[in-house]
Amino acid sequence: MVTIRSETTESDGDLPLLELRGITKAFLDVRVLDGVDLDLRRGEVHAVVGENGAGKSTLMKIISGVYPPDGGSVEFDGTPVSFRSPRQAQSAGIGIIHQEFNLLPERTVAENVFLGHEPLRRGLVDKRAMLRRTAELLDAVGETSFPPTARVGQLGVARQQVVEIVKALALDARLLIMDEPTAALADHEVELLYALVRRLQERGIGILYVSHRLVEVFDLSSRITVLKDGHRVTTAPTAETSHDQLVRHMVGRELAHYYPPRAEADRIGEVRLSVRDGANNRLRGIDLDLRAGEVLGVAGLQGSGRSALARAIFGAAPFTSGEVRLDGRPVRLRTARSAIRAGIAYLTEDRKGEGIAAGQSVLDNALLAGRAVFPRWAGRAARTVRIRDLLAAVDVRAAGDQQEIRFLSGGNQQKVVLARWLSLTPRILLFDEPTRGIDVGAKSAIHDLVRRLARDGAAVLMISSELPELLGMSDRIVVMRDGTIAGELPARATEEDVMGLATGADRAESR
Amino acid sequence: MTATRSAPERTPAVPRRPVRTLRTAVGADPARGVFVALALTLVIGWLVVALDGGQLLNQSSVVSLLHVATGLGLVAAGQTLVILGGSLDLSVGYVVSLSTLVAAETMNGSDSRITPAVLLVLAVSVAIGLVNGVLVATVGINAFIATLGVGLLLKGYLENGYDGPAGSTAPTLVQTLGYQRVGPVPVAFLLFLGVAAAIWFALRRTRYGHHLVAVGGDPDVARLSGVRNDRVLILSHVLCALCAGLAGIYLASRLGSGAPRVGVESFYDLESIAAVVLGGAALAGGRGGVAGTVGGVLLLATVDSVFNQLEVDAFFKQVVRGVIIIAAVALYARRRHRRHRERTGAPS
Ligand SMILES: Nc1ncnc2c1ncn2[C@@H]1O[C@H](COP(=O)(O)OP(=O)(O)OP(=O)(O)O)[C@@H](O)[C@H]1O
Ligand SMILES: [Mg+2]
Repeated sequence: MVTIRSETTESDGDLPLLELRGITKAFLDVRVLDGVDLDLRRGEVHAVVGENGAGKSTLMKIISGVYPPDGGSVEFDGTPVSFRSPRQAQSAGIGIIHQEFNLLPERTVAENVFLGHEPLRRGLVDKRAMLRRTAELLDAVGETSFPPTARVGQLGVARQQVVEIVKALALDARLLIMDEPTAALADHEVELLYALVRRLQERGIGILYVSHRLVEVFDLSSRITVLKDGHRVTTAPTAETSHDQLVRHMVGRELAHYYPPRAEADRIGEVRLSVRDGANNRLRGIDLDLRAGEVLGVAGLQGSGRSALARAIFGAAPFTSGEVRLDGRPVRLRTARSAIRAGIAYLTEDRKGEGIAAGQSVLDNALLAGRAVFPRWAGRAARTVRIRDLLAAVDVRAAGDQQEIRFLSGGNQQKVVLARWLSLTPRILLFDEPTRGIDVGAKSAIHDLVRRLARDGAAVLMISSELPELLGMSDRIVVMRDGTIAGELPARATEEDVMGLATGADRAESR
Repeated sequence: MTATRSAPERTPAVPRRPVRTLRTAVGADPARGVFVALALTLVIGWLVVALDGGQLLNQSSVVSLLHVATGLGLVAAGQTLVILGGSLDLSVGYVVSLSTLVAAETMNGSDSRITPAVLLVLAVSVAIGLVNGVLVATVGINAFIATLGVGLLLKGYLENGYDGPAGSTAPTLVQTLGYQRVGPVPVAFLLFLGVAAAIWFALRRTRYGHHLVAVGGDPDVARLSGVRNDRVLILSHVLCALCAGLAGIYLASRLGSGAPRVGVESFYDLESIAAVVLGGAALAGGRGGVAGTVGGVLLLATVDSVFNQLEVDAFFKQVVRGVIIIAAVALYARRRHRRHRERTGAPS
């Protein structure tokens, strides 16, 4: 492994660290990238944005040796390269944080972080060095909540994201690609990543930054490249680009994103779901009412029990005590199946692990829950038509609905899973990070869809780490802390209100 | 990367949890389960045999138990590696038979030819392992089919060329590897333990070991992390065949000659896989270890010994083995399920 800490910043500052010319790539005759040029200087953060399926991840995978390009040239550090495997790219000094997690759940954090380049001592794996360096790296990114010896499978999605970041850092690369590194992180956690990016930048490391969170793009990058349908639309200095311009380049039209109007008070109806004193090993003292027609936002830090709450209601990790009522009747939902039958849908935050059946087609994935639980629900043909309409409504970009879902871009996979649950016309929807990894255009389409469902009488519980989204969509917000509900806020709450409750700052002050 | 850093005293109650779940994860180590099962089997077996008027743990039956364990154990130790890597080897039975013949025929009763004979056996094993490995890892043929095919090829060769024992093992080897003991423990059993220990060490302390578990756990993750999957798998197949070759040398020493059917008659292919799975490994790869395999081997050998002493018929014996294997795997599955629940109830 090459571990050159690039101290060469000034000497050849003009020579780009990475230069791509005319990169072309097709999968099964579908052109995914078409003549893309891109360059990156040392110490620069260059953002790459575009709609779901625009080809961002594919481009990053070409740079990091996962796929060979069909055409075009790659120059790294002044020399032409053509990596035939990720290993070669790594030893040349290119690290990548993949959009989808690349971790082994059965192994420890340290084993995952150093997989492929375990430190050696006298020819043997130096476990102590591995643990020590992992601890240092975790420390460097401000993560102290789990030890390097923790099994990755035991960690939640946000923490796995941190492991993924640390894994890329361990390579000590000169070029670091970050493909949606913050998709699983909450706003305040992103701050720590910012600091990290700036430190890397100072060391002369070039960073390619892919994100749908345009705020981050503006905060971090010095230049932005927009991809659309595999073409490069533009590359421009960030300072000379406005938010609206950027969105126009991405979507190809004007897009005034405003959140759909909230529910009027008289449209909010009966209590659909109520929980009294619900508890399990992650939750305690949960009292919650979810009403027909409303969107209830759930906020909280990672580990505060937001997802555990959704999972408990859905029966995936049920309440072990307390009472749950559906439309006033006490129920015991102990399996996902019974919850689905009762009209509850749950969109998981763990797309790769629990959301998709990777080897199956788009259509099969979308039909999965309906087929499994309601075998005779509607006619087969009618159901398929309905699903196709929904897939179009959320704007899934795929080669066709027979394409295996694992070949879809991350955002498009998310849309398919969303369509799966919408197709059941559930009366209660539990959405855990519904717009994770989804582009700006599709995001507002999904917001509209969610609101329409609520207007038609569904009760929606929505978890989101993106506070603006949560504040924009919710009729009411509950904030979780330490496995219980710390407080409730009205629709017009501010970010400060939410953070105050989430961190317990309100309590600390009054002490 | 939580905000908890700026506000340590307000940290959510989570940090304690991973530590606790970690401990439960270690407690759920399946390798320990198989040794508990082994102890139980010994106790129950001893009782049943005693009621029958026999004695399970007398010198001669312990010796024969350990001999049974040695042959199966050498094969299963190698099988552990390929299974960990998400592959498997169905040709081992034939490799064992072939190796007994290569050894005995090359030695032809002469002590002076032990070294060339052993080297030849190892070379032949490496060659077969290479073929298996290349077919599975480079050509990409399903391991079941590829190794079955190679096994059938060997079978054809063996059935064509031999219809009974052939060659003769060097007397020194027969005396040492075949029969010499330290107390009730055959030297050959110590050899098996040595091989198992070497593999155990390799899995924990070499890059190869770490990479192998990764390839078995998720080939894509391994590849994207810079692991050369094909090399790792080929090496595993070679080591697996080598272990089978060693088993062949041992059996040739035990039997005094080459035996073209010994590998098949002992069901080494399926029994070795069963031993590995009993030891808590996942057939899909990525989880398990050689310590568990040693337990699995001893368990199967003990059951064998109990039935031999009770003189039950072969058919019933197979039924009981089947039940044991299914019960064990079901138990592991339950435990994994519980662990999964624990995880999914875990941090948001
Ligand atoms: N291995 C593959 N086989 C076939 N098609 C693929 C493969 N990988 C990607 N694609 C297709 O290439 C296109 C671009 O995908 P890519 O993952 O690069 O998009 P993206 O810009 O990263 O999108 P997102 O924002 O959703 O992550 C998509 O239409 C996808 O379906
Ligand atoms: Mg992508």
